[in-house]
Amino acid sequence: MSTIITKGRIIFWAAAVLFFALLPFVFTQSFALSMLSQMGIAIIFALSYNMLLGQTGLLSFGHAVYFGLGAFFCAHALNLVGAGKFWFPVTFMPLVGGLAGMFFGLVLGFVTTRRAGTPFAMISLGIAEMVAASALMFTGFFGGEGGIATDRTVGGRLMGISYGPQIQVYYLIAGWCLVCIIGMFAITQTPLGRMANAVRDNPERARFVGYNPTRVRWLMMTLAGFFAGVGGGLAAINYEIVTAETLGVMASGNVVLMAFIGGIGHFWGPIIGAVLVTLLQSALSNYTQAWLLYFGLFFLVIIMFSPGGIANLITLHKPVRQAGRFKRLVPAYSLSGGAGLVMLLGFFGLIEMIYHFETSEAANKAFSFFGLILDPSRAAYWVGTLVVLAAGIAMFYGATRVVKRAWDDITTELQVKGMV
Amino acid sequence: MEFFLVTLLNSLSYGLLLFMLSSGLTLIFSMMGVLNFAHASFYMLGAYFAYQTGLAVGFWPALFLSPLLVGALGALTERYGLRTVHKFGHVAELLFTFGLAYVIEEIVHLIWGRAPVDYRIPAELDFTLFTLYTTQYPAYRGFMMLVSVGMLAALYLGLTRTRIGLVIQASLTHPDMVEALGHNVPRVFMLVFAGGAALAGLAGVIGGNAFITEPGMAVAVGSIVFVVVVFGGMGSLTGAFIASLIIGALQTFSVALDYSMLDLLAKFGVNVSKDSSLHGLWSITISQTAPVMPYLLMVLMLIVRPRGLMGTRES
Amino acid sequence: MKRKHALALLLWMVLSSLVATVTAQETIKIAYIEGLSGPFANVGEIGLRHYQIAAEAVNGRGGVLGGMKFEIVPFDSKTNPQEALLVLRQAIDQGIRYIAQGNGSSVALALADGVSKHNARNPEKSVVFLNYAAVDPALTNDKCTFWHFRFDADVDMKMQALTSYMATQKAIKKVYLINQDYSFGQGVAKSARAMLAAKRPDAEIVGDDLHPLGKVKDFSPYVAKIKAAGADSVITGNWGNDLALLVKAGKEAGLKVDYYTYYAGAASVVTAIGEAGVGHVKQVTIWHANIAGKEAADHTVAFRARFPDAKDDLYFATVRTSIEALALGIEKAKTVDAAKVALAMEDLKFMDDSGEVNLRADNHQLIQPLYISTLVRTNGKDVKFDIEKTGLGFRTDARIEGKDTVMPTTCRMQRP
Repeated sequence: MSTIITKGRIIFWAAAVLFFALLPFVFTQSFALSMLSQMGIAIIFALSYNMLLGQTGLLSFGHAVYFGLGAFFCAHALNLVGAGKFWFPVTFMPLVGGLAGMFFGLVLGFVTTRRAGTPFAMISLGIAEMVAASALMFTGFFGGEGGIATDRTVGGRLMGISYGPQIQVYYLIAGWCLVCIIGMFAITQTPLGRMANAVRDNPERARFVGYNPTRVRWLMMTLAGFFAGVGGGLAAINYEIVTAETLGVMASGNVVLMAFIGGIGHFWGPIIGAVLVTLLQSALSNYTQAWLLYFGLFFLVIIMFSPGGIANLITLHKPVRQAGRFKRLVPAYSLSGGAGLVMLLGFFGLIEMIYHFETSEAANKAFSFFGLILDPSRAAYWVGTLVVLAAGIAMFYGATRVVKRAWDDITTELQVKGMV
Repeated sequence: MEFFLVTLLNSLSYGLLLFMLSSGLTLIFSMMGVLNFAHASFYMLGAYFAYQTGLAVGFWPALFLSPLLVGALGALTERYGLRTVHKFGHVAELLFTFGLAYVIEEIVHLIWGRAPVDYRIPAELDFTLFTLYTTQYPAYRGFMMLVSVGMLAALYLGLTRTRIGLVIQASLTHPDMVEALGHNVPRVFMLVFAGGAALAGLAGVIGGNAFITEPGMAVAVGSIVFVVVVFGGMGSLTGAFIASLIIGALQTFSVALDYSMLDLLAKFGVNVSKDSSLHGLWSITISQTAPVMPYLLMVLMLIVRPRGLMGTRES
Repeated sequence: MKRKHALALLLWMVLSSLVATVTAQETIKIAYIEGLSGPFANVGEIGLRHYQIAAEAVNGRGGVLGGMKFEIVPFDSKTNPQEALLVLRQAIDQGIRYIAQGNGSSVALALADGVSKHNARNPEKSVVFLNYAAVDPALTNDKCTFWHFRFDADVDMKMQALTSYMATQKAIKKVYLINQDYSFGQGVAKSARAMLAAKRPDAEIVGDDLHPLGKVKDFSPYVAKIKAAGADSVITGNWGNDLALLVKAGKEAGLKVDYYTYYAGAASVVTAIGEAGVGHVKQVTIWHANIAGKEAADHTVAFRARFPDAKDDLYFATVRTSIEALALGIEKAKTVDAAKVALAMEDLKFMDDSGEVNLRADNHQLIQPLYISTLVRTNGKDVKFDIEKTGLGFRTDARIEGKDTVMPTTCRMQRP
């Protein structure tokens, strides 16, 4: 065990604790605080998803089932506490969600994990559809359209903590988030975690060395269900309402996007993905109606050009950074960054013009775009935007060549030195 | 009797529409190993293209033009999208189509708006074909069946009787050998993808006006089509055909069954009181679960027989 | 003495100019929280236009409290309860104290709950919720809150009106219920059963189907079932495509029934149904463009002049009602303080397109006449306005007075 708990890691986690603790002092608005809380929940959810996809190679399209069921059970538990049926501290309430998620991971996982690959993806989709449909049918447990409302302050005031103010909920989420991150990271270091990797890469060999791949998948599924359930429990506490959308197919799709955008090949990839996607979904939708389109295109670009996600882009630069050559990439990057900015400006402008042309009332279609007034009812603006876009594309295309040359130079240099 | 016959006809026409959608998907699936999440989006595009071209040139030319356009889009998707992603493995390919479905839906929002478009059945086909006892059977439904059966025949003959059909069949099972014989396998892939997309587009042309052409139509059929393909067995057209008919019949007929577990329990003299916590569960009738039934069927099939009804391999 | 006098004068001048700038510049912001992206965005967009024109109407008259203007601030809830709670927080951060929402009872219930929790925890920043279209009866019964006001009639009130009308139609013998399988559809089916049994014990309910929400592509099996049951009338709470597909499938199979619906006139349904529904599709609403009286026609004309696009049509008359009620409440309370305005709005009586309406004090439900109407071709006389330029509009069959729609309530609200 001594190899797991190293000095570096202790410092790292201590820094993480400090980071989480200090965040609310930087972002003081209550909306920012709820967004941070949302990110914390998303991080747990995305990481638990990556236990399946990244570590065990199980592409699931129904992970929100465990998250959602955890949330429902937690909400019911909170309501029972509120009704005085039994007493349980709110601080540990996410455990109820976790256990529920784990239970369903155990039960449903028994069915689903008997297959891997595409059949698994399909079964998980089928189960997700079924659970989502039943959630609307059984209004007793799932509360129908209104969902289950709950009250996080039922525990009363304990050592000055009532969970009324958002800041206390944030710290609860941050605490659980850290615990879950550490827990999930620890699992990757256990023999089970290693075997999950083996099962992902080559189930036949794993079986050959004496491990039952089905059993390993099932165990990982159960554990992933637990962490997803904890996330769901925190969501129940944070929003104080759980509805059928929580376990819907859309939510399941969303976590796939988070994990993949962040990068499934690295443990910390989904953290980036969760933060980025939450940010995009909350912030972008305030500025544009077309955010779903941008989001979808962003996802496609990631898959086509960096299938390892953002995490992979970062690790690619590690040897360059270590060799101290990163400085030499800066001019190329800023060149292509600038060109890319022009291209994006043209592209966003074009899409926004189309959207405003389609949806705005006829009288006045002009709108403000980064401080510029664009008027889609006049041809000149269309021509202008197209010119910017075309120029951007040409510049970006040229710039990518510069980047490629700089990158190749450095790689050859490092190869000569034997550092790659 | 009237109810039975009418329901049988309905299940047949629905099953055939499902087959039109799933035949393309299963071809793509068996050849490239990619479960195309965007397949239903091509179905949607088929309907929208038919609506748009129909405004200019009328329904009948649109019936041919729209699938061609969708097929061309499919070819582009394969050439510039999937082929790029191919080297990253199947998961990346699958997620690429997943993201593509997302983007296509938004683009449809962008161009045609979010409300349904007024894509109508052509006047020539808007009459009653025959009257069964008292129920009228619309001519358009007959036309839908005709197109599906015609397509099935064409597909079958094309795959078994033409040279390119034989190459496609060979590429399914022995891609390396086909490559070695000097055929351009990637081009065959592109062709199959385009063909599959065009079939989905055709289904969109004739399904879009029978039902409703709106941006949610892809999501609505998307998962059912998967069920058909997985249930029928990957790569098996015959399997997809049988599965389409079974699932069509299952969904149509189970609507008629108003029995719940309560009735069954009552037969054995067990009465569940209304206050019982399980009352809600037991009182669900079969007809209520009709649209969920296919998923249950698929999950069961995958557990019992993962290669599906007529499939030859697991994935 | 003189100096003191001058100082007081100066102070008075500064203060009054301050007050003047406040009243002249400050606007009353109303957060419009609705799905503005994703599949339901078209309905959200249309509702936003309703709020804009309603606010413009009040502002055009000179606003409230001698010059304060309404400003509508749109927020995207993505039609998701949790997202709606997030943007609620955002709206509160921006100092907004009035919110409006209507599409989706799930979102409305979440917002009502969120608002009442927020107000309990931050009484000095209280928020009032104007609900223009969410019709779950729970909002004015078990889950009622002082901060919520509903301007549409709820499921039970509409069913009350619908069954009162059906009671007078002696031709109705066999009724079929078909609804979406979620709380709203189940509620429609339940109250239809109870109320029909009370008012028309001789009419038989020959079928009661629940189908999953938005999952059914082909309604012909359901139509075959309705036909086999020999029904002459169908009651359905289906909305959107589930309604359009049902009516279209019925028309194809030659099914001859009358459809008693809740949402036949809602966005894009008439467009999708087309001629298939003429003469047979009825709806129960608080308003439609062809109700008697000059106001409804004037508002329709004004709306079309402002938003000429076919897909924009005046449908949510409740939006204007909610803004007018808010304006009256603010005038009555002589302040924009949300808690005082909410108190002032209780038991408010005022004139609307359909006559005098009033807000119930005990559960904050607006009591107003309801209309039963049938989809017919426009004729330039009693059916002057069509829907979404289809040439089809609604003709009033019956008007049910507000007092006949009052339902008992279980609401026990806590007032601040």
